[in-house]
Amino acid sequence: MRLLPCGDAALLAELDDLSEVLALRSAIDAERDGGGLADVLDVVPAARTVLVRCHPVVGGLSRVAERLAQLDVTHHTSDEGPQVEIEVYYDGPDLADVAELTGLSEDEVVRLHTEAEWTVAFTGFLPGFGYLVGGDKRLSVPRRDESRTKVPAGSVGLAGEFTGAYPRESPGGWQLIGRTEAPLWNPDREQPALLAPGTRVTFVRAAP
Amino acid sequence: MSKVTLHVDEAGPLTTVQDLGRPGLASLGVPESGALDPRALKLANRLVGNPEGAPGLEVTFGGLRLTARRPVVLAVTGAPVSVTVGRAGAGLGCAVSVPAGATVQLGSPRYGVRSYLAVRGGVLADRVLGSASTDLLAGIGAPLADGDDLDVGAPPDTDVPVVDAVPLSTPTGEELVLRVVLGPRDDWFTDEAVELLLDSKWTVESRSNRIGIRLTGPVLEQRRKRELPSEGTIAGSLQVPHNGQPTLFLADHPITGGYPVIAVVHTADLSRLAQARPDQTLRFRQVSAPRLAGQRHESVAGSR
Repeated sequence: MRLLPCGDAALLAELDDLSEVLALRSAIDAERDGGGLADVLDVVPAARTVLVRCHPVVGGLSRVAERLAQLDVTHHTSDEGPQVEIEVYYDGPDLADVAELTGLSEDEVVRLHTEAEWTVAFTGFLPGFGYLVGGDKRLSVPRRDESRTKVPAGSVGLAGEFTGAYPRESPGGWQLIGRTEAPLWNPDREQPALLAPGTRVTFVRAAP
Repeated sequence: MSKVTLHVDEAGPLTTVQDLGRPGLASLGVPESGALDPRALKLANRLVGNPEGAPGLEVTFGGLRLTARRPVVLAVTGAPVSVTVGRAGAGLGCAVSVPAGATVQLGSPRYGVRSYLAVRGGVLADRVLGSASTDLLAGIGAPLADGDDLDVGAPPDTDVPVVDAVPLSTPTGEELVLRVVLGPRDDWFTDEAVELLLDSKWTVESRSNRIGIRLTGPVLEQRRKRELPSEGTIAGSLQVPHNGQPTLFLADHPITGGYPVIAVVHTADLSRLAQARPDQTLRFRQVSAPRLAGQRHESVAGSR
């Protein structure tokens, strides 16, 4: 784990891989549940990093850095998170491109996407936008060369090792393979994000 | 009887309800949001006897006109604008009593961008995830529109404080000098780029909003072009896309970004940053992370 400065009140912990990220996130959650790391205000896990933001108080950052450096990130027990099923209409504008990029047929792309059990590794970019991992390696595709200025809400896409679904219309560069009507984000729910970190997800092909 | 207290005759270019935001929810992808110049909102609230985090109006480039349906007490702070109640001028940074039926008009600011209007009792707005703040990126709430009606909460127990004058730190048009800590990704840039960041004048572009301020200046070159896996960002981050022109994130910034952050503005300078106007110039002054945090933890800074 490498700790990088991020302003006067935050640190970026850089890790070797996603499993270390998940382990550090769990370890931080456990510490905070037990009343530790009291100076921490917010934690943002991502693909290779965990951003830890502290209350801007004197000494807070160094106390947090010291404790983080002691946490064990080598073991990650996979979260027993809730399980959700998401119906997808596989008619996205980039489905043909994804088939070409992967050398698969469109049907095979859909089959691999629906056969995997995905897990939400982290959230970000937009409220309720989960980055899901656990898919077949053959589905790994780069982002589009040009980002779209408007991706419709409910779009389901692929980028790198991740799949995800846009909770609302926004700009975006993911390869869009389908769309869903699942309620991805509802701030009035106790758990506003359907795809919160740790949630296990399977995709189901919706009847056209 | 209607609870409507303030009628919005003209909302101006952009007026939103803001309090101190919703910190602590970044892991769900929810930005902190909240008043971009929290110092000014807190002061406006204190002037009318509110708790300092009560919801008020963030008025971007002035132009707001309200009619009071009932008597209210309000205060305006932040970017200096003319405040007219009925036909009379009222001051900035003081509590103003507005009789029922009177119109309150805010002019355009000479300096700065955002003025704050607090009303005694606070603006009653829907709370989402614990805050009344409008977040334009996350799509929480919406800007005020002409013809909207605003409710105002019950007056607090505390009286309107008796003050003759308060020290206002109103923005000026002068060059802003902001403190930055280098990193987390300064090592992605050439040494020359880091020097250019600290030695150059940066101009605020007109394409700037609550999400971020775009800057123009010399091109900041990366050592080599490579893809950064998206990572968490905070307000004040100077993110540099491939064109080498940085964007400075404000309170409605995206929670994660896919471009390297070369430096981060000090938390205490964010209020001043929020008042930077298009065409105004900025400079960055480097401060070290360990000294800022009052720490001796060398592995933090020394690891780069």
